[in-house]
Amino acid sequence: MSGRRPLSLQTGLGTLQEKAADALRLARQLGASQAEAHANFGTGFSVNVRMREVETLRHQRDQGISVTVWLGHRKGTASTSDLRSEALEESVRKACALAKYGAEDPASGLADADRLAKRIPDLSLYHPWAIDPAAAIELATACEAAALDHDPRVTNSEGASVSTSEGLRVYGNSHGFMGGYPESDHSISCSVVAAQDGAMETDYEYAVARDAVDLPSPAAIGAEAGRRTVARLGGTKLETRVAPVLFPARIARGLIGHLLGAIGGGALYRKSSFLVDALGKPVFAGRVTIDEKPHLPKALNSAPFDNEGVATTERRLVDAGVLGGYLLGSYYARKLGMQSTGNAGGAHNLVVHDTGESFEELLRKMDEGLVVADLMGSGVNPVTGDYSRGASGFWVENGKIRFPVTEITIAGNLKEMYLGIQGIGTDVDRRGGVLTGSILVDRMTIAGS
Amino acid sequence: MNPAIAQDSSLALVRSHVLDVAGIDDRDLERALGTLMRGAVDNADLYFEVSRQESWTLEDGIVKEGAHSIEQGVGVRAMAGEKTGFAYSDEVMVPALLQASAAAGAIVRQGQQGRVQAWQPRPGHRLYAPIDPLPTRSDDDKVAMLQRVDSEVRALDPRVRQVVASLAAAHDVVLVCASDGTLAADVRPLVRFNISVIVEDGDKREQGYAGGGGRFGYEYFTPERVLDFGREAVRQAIVNLDAVPAPSGEMIVVLGPGWPGVLLHEAIGHGLEGDFNRKGTSAFTGRIGERVASSLCTVVDDGTLPGRRGSLNVDDEGTPTRNTVLIENGILRGYLQDKMNARLMGVESTGNGRRQSFAHTPMPRMTNTYMLGGAHHPDEIIASVKKGVYARNFGGGQVDITSGKFVFSATEAYRIENGKLGAPIRDATLVGDGPTVLNRVTMVGNDMALDTGIGVCGKDGQSVPVGVGQPTLRIDGLTVGGTGGDE
Repeated sequence: MSGRRPLSLQTGLGTLQEKAADALRLARQLGASQAEAHANFGTGFSVNVRMREVETLRHQRDQGISVTVWLGHRKGTASTSDLRSEALEESVRKACALAKYGAEDPASGLADADRLAKRIPDLSLYHPWAIDPAAAIELATACEAAALDHDPRVTNSEGASVSTSEGLRVYGNSHGFMGGYPESDHSISCSVVAAQDGAMETDYEYAVARDAVDLPSPAAIGAEAGRRTVARLGGTKLETRVAPVLFPARIARGLIGHLLGAIGGGALYRKSSFLVDALGKPVFAGRVTIDEKPHLPKALNSAPFDNEGVATTERRLVDAGVLGGYLLGSYYARKLGMQSTGNAGGAHNLVVHDTGESFEELLRKMDEGLVVADLMGSGVNPVTGDYSRGASGFWVENGKIRFPVTEITIAGNLKEMYLGIQGIGTDVDRRGGVLTGSILVDRMTIAGS
Repeated sequence: MNPAIAQDSSLALVRSHVLDVAGIDDRDLERALGTLMRGAVDNADLYFEVSRQESWTLEDGIVKEGAHSIEQGVGVRAMAGEKTGFAYSDEVMVPALLQASAAAGAIVRQGQQGRVQAWQPRPGHRLYAPIDPLPTRSDDDKVAMLQRVDSEVRALDPRVRQVVASLAAAHDVVLVCASDGTLAADVRPLVRFNISVIVEDGDKREQGYAGGGGRFGYEYFTPERVLDFGREAVRQAIVNLDAVPAPSGEMIVVLGPGWPGVLLHEAIGHGLEGDFNRKGTSAFTGRIGERVASSLCTVVDDGTLPGRRGSLNVDDEGTPTRNTVLIENGILRGYLQDKMNARLMGVESTGNGRRQSFAHTPMPRMTNTYMLGGAHHPDEIIASVKKGVYARNFGGGQVDITSGKFVFSATEAYRIENGKLGAPIRDATLVGDGPTVLNRVTMVGNDMALDTGIGVCGKDGQSVPVGVGQPTLRIDGLTVGGTGGDE
């Protein structure tokens, strides 16, 4: 019985595609007019070293298949982690049974057949890391040591971790589409604690890449974790004021991330977005241009096709501040009377163009204001764009960092913050789905003592 | 069958549900634990889980989708000193179990073979019925219930433009066996109803949200209860249509009862989890016996409340849950412990070892965390404030365990002016310092309430259901972050 043989990366792609095809065939036999199946498999491990001793070794191995069927325009979904034929059959039957209770929804169904990816480009997403737990422990130990040894005020640690994972992603549907590919992710991270005058602060540094050769050295990551943590010691509260705010690249990613939610089909259709009807209008300052680049080799959010098999394509999302498109899958595209943009499941690598200024140049441009070190809490209202979050950071005077500040909030409205962007740094952070440099916002309310 | 197991009927039930179907018997369990205990391992455990979930979602007045999922697997763990080896398999079968055991046991290479104690079935509480909630109502009824609440909510106010409602249930069956002799099982039902509405008035749009649930069957959602959630979502959204920008700066803040207890969860609870205190990375480390709150404050973590979302008959390590006093009249009394941190700190587990699923390792986690009621009527508390903010409802919160700094966002709040509630204010964020904030509590209400059953707590990437609660509290000095200026 093939179902009892454990899956592996080497042979799994064919097996997962067979399972997906079995599910689609069975759905058709049970009367489904359309069906789709997502199947996945992943394996890997992570190690954590704390205070120079191994703390954890975790092995990971996941598999699953999710089947969606349509009876006309009525939809049902079922998923299982058990890939044996009996369990798969039970899931398909369950999906069909659930669909009977769904309401007829004309927008519901597979993506249009002519939008599906015709070929699956190799985006260089799979680079297995030939490393065993013992070697990973050595790297983590070196990483943490660099953080602990960075400064005598680094007194404690949450540890350093090294993790590696590889997996398979398969999607098939009853239009005859069947695609799949392997991918990998590797990361090194370190988090330490520094103490001074009875107060403690913590911070971290990390790196993540498709290919382990693209990771910085563990020692560099550790030293940066130590530097960041020590820099936060001795923070004071700030008096309440209005000032410009500089979001360093790693935090600026999140600022652009709020755009993704606001121009997603579901939020637009439900009008639960602060950017309803913003298409073709200036949403950002004129100096802001953003591209979506789904096919960047080795990038973390690269994908040849979206969650519905629709081909992903490069496009300009924001042109000189003007919003040029939404992020749509088929369902909400139909609801809005538009076309899928290949974004079922989200955006694929947003690249924010820089304005040619380094981080230091942005500091000088700001002259006096706040550099954010960390944001906390979920104080962003997606409907109104109101933004108010807990923060810590550094106060800047005469273009230079003067002292750390803590226990403050920064508040504004995303609409105004986007229009008030004064510059985008050349210091691009590539560790996520948004590739941007630091972003300078002209004015926000900073609340403190 | 092991005679000890036959004595406990729920254990026998779970055993047949989880192990017998996979062809796993006692000898296989002993072999797996034996493999895990090779080397100087202090403790090892196997955690079997079979989980079924369903959800139904209504939007645009129609039920667009039903979804169903099955997850099952076994997590195996070996602990030696401060080391943990962990592996899991989503195939519940003997070869996978032994393979995972060998991988996890490899955390320790040398040492003597550890001993597996004879199993002692450990009965837990009976805080909820061992039922599968999914079939407690017919699928027709589930769909009809969502459609009814949709039309009722739209009829409440013409400004209601969108209603998204969902109904979900989970049936989680777990079995833990450990080298220390623990053998325990739990059948955990959990149901949940959520509703969010968008209201529109001219060009103003606001969102309101409500929901709740617990460890029951679907019968918990009576038509009245469901409509009450709908009313609450509409009320919140309408209030916010007239909201003005929040003030900014440090001021007196009155927190409402119930869900605002998320403050305690963030500011206090996380910092009292055993792992952070063992490692010395919590702002509360080494402070047992010290004053950390005003004498008006007593805070507990109670996993033994019947039917509550955060309650468990036994935790995920098989330890019966408890009511643990964290702060008593302002003095720090205890931490929350799982087995590993308890062993390393020389204390007992408090029954707070929890994990998201078989694929995750247990950690000390909260259950239902709340502050006991005090002497004041809530109206008295508001009347006592000349100028400040009353925060009645919250979104999420977050804490930095090490510095103690926390933040949370008010989704419904008002100005207080001369002892009376004034204009609603929008999206205020509150920030403060965990170890000092409760020292500023000057009045505690007599209206202690638990939340409606909506809490999800995240830690190290793992989510678990929790409960929070508190009476109305007056805090003399929290930083409020808005755009409305200081005045």
